[in-house]
Amino acid sequence: MKRLISLKRPEARRVYGTYALVTLAYVILQIMISTRTLSSSMKGMLVPICAYMVMTVALNLVVGVLGELSLGHAGFMSVGAFTGVACAILLQSAVPWAPLRLSVSMAAGAAFAALGGFLIGIPVLRLKGDYLAIVTLAFGEIIKSVLNNFYMGVDKAGLHVSMLADTTGLLPGGRLIVGGPMGIGGIRKIATLDAGFALVMIALIVVYNLINSRMGRAFQAVRDDRIAAESVGIDVTRYKMTAFVVSAALAGAAGCLFAMNYSTIVANKFDFNTSILILVFVVLGGQGNMLGSVAAAAALTILPEKLREFRDYRMLIYAAMLIAIMLGSNNAAVRNFFARLRSFGRASKEEASHGH
Amino acid sequence: MATKLVPVPSRAMVPERDAGRAPILECVNLGLTIGGLKIVENFNLTIGRTEIAGLIGPNGAGKTTVFNLLTKVYHPTTGTVLLDGQDTAGMTPAQANRLGIARTFQNIRLFKNLSVADNVKAAMTNDIHYGLFGAILRLPRCRRQELAAHHRALKLLSIFDMQSLADVKAGSLPYGAQRRLEIVRALATYPSLLLLDEPAAGMNPSETHELIDSIRRVHETFPIAIILIEHDMNLVMNLCEGICVLNFGRVIAKGAPADIQSNPDVIEAYLGRQKEG
Amino acid sequence: MTFLNFFISGVSLGSIYAIIALGYTMVYGIAKMLNFAHGDVIMVGAYVCFYAVFRFHLPAAAGVVLAMAVCTLLGIVVEKLAYKPLRQAPSLAVLITAIGVSYFLQNTALLLWTSNPKVFPSVVGHGALKLFGGRLSISHVTIVTIVSCLVIMTALSWFVGRTRMGKAMRACSEDKGAALLMGINVNAAISLTFAIGSGLAAAAGVLLCSAYPTLMPTTGSLPGIKAFTAAVFGGIGSIPGAFLGGLLLGVIEIFAKAYISTQLSDAVVFAVLIVVLLVKPAGLLGRQMQEKV
Repeated sequence: MKRLISLKRPEARRVYGTYALVTLAYVILQIMISTRTLSSSMKGMLVPICAYMVMTVALNLVVGVLGELSLGHAGFMSVGAFTGVACAILLQSAVPWAPLRLSVSMAAGAAFAALGGFLIGIPVLRLKGDYLAIVTLAFGEIIKSVLNNFYMGVDKAGLHVSMLADTTGLLPGGRLIVGGPMGIGGIRKIATLDAGFALVMIALIVVYNLINSRMGRAFQAVRDDRIAAESVGIDVTRYKMTAFVVSAALAGAAGCLFAMNYSTIVANKFDFNTSILILVFVVLGGQGNMLGSVAAAAALTILPEKLREFRDYRMLIYAAMLIAIMLGSNNAAVRNFFARLRSFGRASKEEASHGH
Repeated sequence: MATKLVPVPSRAMVPERDAGRAPILECVNLGLTIGGLKIVENFNLTIGRTEIAGLIGPNGAGKTTVFNLLTKVYHPTTGTVLLDGQDTAGMTPAQANRLGIARTFQNIRLFKNLSVADNVKAAMTNDIHYGLFGAILRLPRCRRQELAAHHRALKLLSIFDMQSLADVKAGSLPYGAQRRLEIVRALATYPSLLLLDEPAAGMNPSETHELIDSIRRVHETFPIAIILIEHDMNLVMNLCEGICVLNFGRVIAKGAPADIQSNPDVIEAYLGRQKEG
Repeated sequence: MTFLNFFISGVSLGSIYAIIALGYTMVYGIAKMLNFAHGDVIMVGAYVCFYAVFRFHLPAAAGVVLAMAVCTLLGIVVEKLAYKPLRQAPSLAVLITAIGVSYFLQNTALLLWTSNPKVFPSVVGHGALKLFGGRLSISHVTIVTIVSCLVIMTALSWFVGRTRMGKAMRACSEDKGAALLMGINVNAAISLTFAIGSGLAAAAGVLLCSAYPTLMPTTGSLPGIKAFTAAVFGGIGSIPGAFLGGLLLGVIEIFAKAYISTQLSDAVVFAVLIVVLLVKPAGLLGRQMQEKV
């Protein structure tokens, strides 16, 4: 058996199918943009949708594959956004070519977010279940609070930081990059759909390859039965940390991409509500289902826009739909119906192949 | 033919063929007391390197608790567990497994959402060698190691004739197959000591017969010691060379099957004392 | 004297958190779910009281009672419609549904009452008790808040410990299946839990807005998260834990605002939670659930 992953195996079909679908969507969008058939409101949503897709895939690695609930993932997005954008601003003259600057910034954002994930993981990953969840929530709020009160400026003398009040004491010609609650302003919007597509593909490749590796099996073993995983020699804390850090890195890169689509970002944008938003995408798309994550992120970002015609009622309808979907997908009668559909499909396929 | 048991310097009994080598397991005065309740008390056991031993006793005697103490799921309040001569105090279950002890569970604990092959490969996590970047970039070393691991997994599954089920989701296997998979998964960690917790539970006589053959095959293929918790006396008497009987957390008898069968304390533990008059 | 002032403020804020945390902890204990919509019930209670007292000119007591009645009903209805069908579903599904309910409540409030902040004049008037020759001033709102908390604490302890229904609730928290087999009406116990929690949330909403008079559809959100933190802090599922957690959280928050920094007080509060959970992984009064191997 030369190729371990041949296209006969269903998981391989799903992995390559996902890559193909995402690439196809990208190509179609590029065509629509060049023929000007895409509305400007849709065009403006493309980069945020890419960022949300990456965030959702990243969170799904922790929630769906590792099986731990994280309620503070927006914090990693935030760290990635602030460090990435700061990096881009600092490199403005050194790296004038925008795509390279963007790539370096996203890498920087990912690296800092990964470091944050590691530091947070040390206390967090020893806890279990709901307690782990609440501590991730706490860290998310702490990150938001700290960044809201963080001042950083650069001048001829170098980098200056201060907390709570702007005492950076910048020399003339210096620039205040991070201004506490005012966040970062004057961002050059260098995020593009190309970069977004590239990041989504990278995220999918990283996560799929990880799932199909020994680490991925360890993550899923820990999810399915922690005690059994320990009994076969799996160091649970270490693998939890690996998943957490990789997830944080992807979230950080996504945060940087997201931020570079706006001229100003503030820490309050990456709060508990954002964490919950991404979690809804993960659950609706299916835990462990990366294609579902990508689809849900796109659909649920576009949906509120499409509901604009309902004006004031649109968020209400969104909420009602969310509840209806959760009730529907967990209803025994609905489940049986779909199971019967699937087995019917399989039976008729078998019949067809046997009949010839 | 019954195995001949001979005493060794530690004054415990091991199979004659293991007499020249150090025992794989020595429990000295092992005890677990929780909230004043002595769940296991004064537990002493020595197992020879390739011995098949049985741990029997009425329900609630503390047999699974002993297994949990050996695999470091619980930490003993008194006593020592020496695995291959090493004191396992303070170890985590994962560390104990790397030292050479593997187990199955009374209530099957498979990785239900993973395939049969992946369940086995998950147990080989520490024996597959590539790092995070190798995994993410799918470097050649990663591909080679994955292929080798897959072959190893299939080979292990073939002991129980399960290699054709490799891609089936573990959660959808029939009960008997699930029990066998758990044993294969434990073997995939290449242990020196294998603990089987009621492997024949819920099996009919023909399945039990197959199981006895499979365990014998495992014992012949790998040089390991096996401890069995079982209620099926037929299996125990057929397979085990030395038997330890527990009741209320204490050892009430130890020895060869024939001695145990005629031991009055053992009979009383299972059947109760004959009423006077 | 300022230290004592801060302490009393802290206990007062903590009382509000404790009352809210009760709702979270009781629902978690019996239904094993994190009810993220609970914070918005607070907001609904406050709005009902606001309109009852300040638009329809009902007496304050009637306003409070009406708010509690409406919220109790709301809690029961939400449980029957959105949570009961998901009793066998994985806990993440219920969590997302609760989030959906939370969005629903917030946006309904937005539609009905707009996002313009309402000023909530205190239901207890603006008087204050002056002690120590005027150096220590405790507002009536603070006194009523703390006393309410004590009354609720005593009443709930009696109810859960001594009455048949309270015992039924505790039994359902331990083992729903066994309770059902013993002939306990599990549905009634769960509905009652949601009812009590929501009613108390309304009271907390009134007290919260009496002390911090701005009322908007998002008012319940942050106190909800903090009270949830307090419930976990004290040990989720433990009623005394909710009280202890809430009171401690309030005190820590006020002291952090006073002695460290107003802007970083939230970070301090959450940092304390993390430290406590590292030392006591099941919360202050929580029990570590032993898994059977």
